[in-house]
Amino acid sequence: MNPPVATPFFFYLLAATMIIGGVLVITRKNAVHSAMALITTLLAQAGLYLMLYAPFVAGVQIILYAGGIMVLFLFVIMLISIERAEKERQFNKQWLVGVIAAAALGGLFIAVYTTTTRGKVLFPEGRMTYGETQNTQAIAALLFDRGAGQYMFAFEIASLLLLVAIIGAVVMAKKRI
Amino acid sequence: MDAMLHISTLHYLVLGAALFLLGVIGVLTRRNVVIVLMSIELILNAVNLNLVAFSRYWQGIHGPSALHGQVFAIFVITDAAAEAAVGLGILIAFFRNKETVNVDEVNLLKW
Repeated sequence: MNPPVATPFFFYLLAATMIIGGVLVITRKNAVHSAMALITTLLAQAGLYLMLYAPFVAGVQIILYAGGIMVLFLFVIMLISIERAEKERQFNKQWLVGVIAAAALGGLFIAVYTTTTRGKVLFPEGRMTYGETQNTQAIAALLFDRGAGQYMFAFEIASLLLLVAIIGAVVMAKKRI
Repeated sequence: MDAMLHISTLHYLVLGAALFLLGVIGVLTRRNVVIVLMSIELILNAVNLNLVAFSRYWQGIHGPSALHGQVFAIFVITDAAAEAAVGLGILIAFFRNKETVNVDEVNLLKW
């Protein structure tokens, strides 16, 4: 049994960063500020992935999410004019209903997470002290290996999905085809 | 105090739930389409955090190479990339036609 990769302090630090970043994403007027807050949230989440012994997912999170998708977002924010959007009303007329619906969903989450069966919660103390393994190789074996690679077909379908998305994005964004 | 000092799966699930709720509030209340799309990214990331935490839990039961949750998280990231590309393409087309980025002004299909 190896000790955990980091102390609980880091979990609470990263969790607080994520929550503050998330609140800033949904409250800022300027879309660029929202994007910056979202990047902060994504990077903190990559840190949590490292705490969960998932270095490959953490790398993918930083390279693809913070580096790829968010740059795409920033490009589009630059393409559309944000000056006018900043001066307008930021929340729609149904905001009260939205908050109530989210509160109901939150109540559902709390109810599920505090449910006890035979005196134990549904998600008990996982044995979270499992040591570091060959994470990237194991993921590659699941994705590509002939014997254990049960996600090979799903991987191919994912590439098809990306192709469709590329064509779709070009068709949508192009002025005249 | 013991719950504070020992990070379990439930800690990650609660954090994921909080992020999910923030994303839901953003989707339901904001008018700016860009921020609605970012809120969807928040939701997807909350799900990813849950998946990786469950993967960790599953590893404790089935051995170190039971990484199905992490594989799923990678597929979700792929989906998020596709969704962001198509969504932002639609946004550009919408902005070109209506000169606005507010979702409540999208009413062409409204009866």
